[in-house]
Amino acid sequence: MKPISLEEAVALIPNGASVMVGGFMGVGTPERLLDELVRQHKTELTLICNDGAVPGRGVGKLFDAALVSTLTASHIGLNPKVQQQMMAKQVSVDLVPQGTLVERIRAGGCGLGGVLTPTGVGTMVEEGKQQIKLNGKTYLLETALRSDFALIHAFLADYLGNLTYALTARNFNPVMAMAADTVIVTAEHVVPVGVIAPDHVATPAPLVDYLVANG
Amino acid sequence: MDPQTLIARRVALELRSGYLVNLGIGIPTLVANYVPAGLNVFFQSENGLIGTGPIPEQGMAHPLLTDAGGRPISALPGASTFDSAMSFGLIRGGHVDMTVLGGLQVDADGHLANWMIPGKMVPGMGGAMDLVAGAKRVIVAMQHAAKGKSKIVRKCNLPLTSSRPVDLVVTDLAVIGFPGGRITLLETAPGVRVAEVLAVTEADLMIPTEVPEMKI
Repeated sequence: MKPISLEEAVALIPNGASVMVGGFMGVGTPERLLDELVRQHKTELTLICNDGAVPGRGVGKLFDAALVSTLTASHIGLNPKVQQQMMAKQVSVDLVPQGTLVERIRAGGCGLGGVLTPTGVGTMVEEGKQQIKLNGKTYLLETALRSDFALIHAFLADYLGNLTYALTARNFNPVMAMAADTVIVTAEHVVPVGVIAPDHVATPAPLVDYLVANG
Repeated sequence: MDPQTLIARRVALELRSGYLVNLGIGIPTLVANYVPAGLNVFFQSENGLIGTGPIPEQGMAHPLLTDAGGRPISALPGASTFDSAMSFGLIRGGHVDMTVLGGLQVDADGHLANWMIPGKMVPGMGGAMDLVAGAKRVIVAMQHAAKGKSKIVRKCNLPLTSSRPVDLVVTDLAVIGFPGGRITLLETAPGVRVAEVLAVTEADLMIPTEVPEMKI
């Protein structure tokens, strides 16, 4: 893990990069990194996250600034801007069932080619996908997802990069921290090594490439 | 009693002690307000919490503790938190005893459509497809009709949420089930006659000789 300034961290991300962003309706989202993406005006982003949040909050800010060209998410119903940009074909949206989305990311981070899930069989979600029958049950083959960058928000990060999360701000964060080439983390508190007990580490330090300095 | 309260109170009678339950947004959320006394139920919020409690008092909200809509909630003693992979492992893995979801249409085969209206409303399925695929019991809580049009239809013309049929539908007029795979009128709402239910139901309901009133 390398400590890094907010400006330098976002400067690593080129236009057109694929970016996973942790958070659920803007809870557990690295807001400072998103603000800086807007300030540096990184465009044509391929965004993978649970939802479209709401305007002005979480990944909603990226849509306010029209920085996203492709979105993979499970729910966009609470952000009318995402829907407008989808209808106007400014953003290409791939809607994925939430459990399938997180498993595809988990597979991407765990060296699996994909997963077999019963979710989506017999619905629009099955279109174009291979179906596999096992023990009389039908599954869809859902392929793994990875990205160039994962932007993660932790509750505690120690000086080595070990992370813990708080309450419902955990959500997609630990899963995404496994599934990107470069992992950039912001944390509510940066603490000395040892403050986080080994049993409480949710994301081990070697997974973290950059920890953004606070303040 | 307003229709939403009636539906929520009737659905709450389906709860059993020890159940792990996931409530969808809208009318289903209200079910938590009517848990029968003495019943110990665990409510899951799919953003990563078992043991959701009521909306916190003023000044007691925590920004990192919300429901799946991003609104502040509380956690009850004995609550647990986890990531989204665990949350949906619980849902898809058959560990959730009962889910209550809103609906746009339910058809005679028990198929539910509740996640999009093509060309009009594309919010996304969120966790609904996983919940219907994986929960042990699926209950739909919705108004019987919308703008005079029956939501209990012969065949859904909106995109389906799952090929797995739901187990029970509770509306402001009736309780509908699928014994033996046949769509059947099980109960009527207080003061509602069978003929009134049939008048606003597109699907051909089986009518048993005795159709009791909901016991609210």
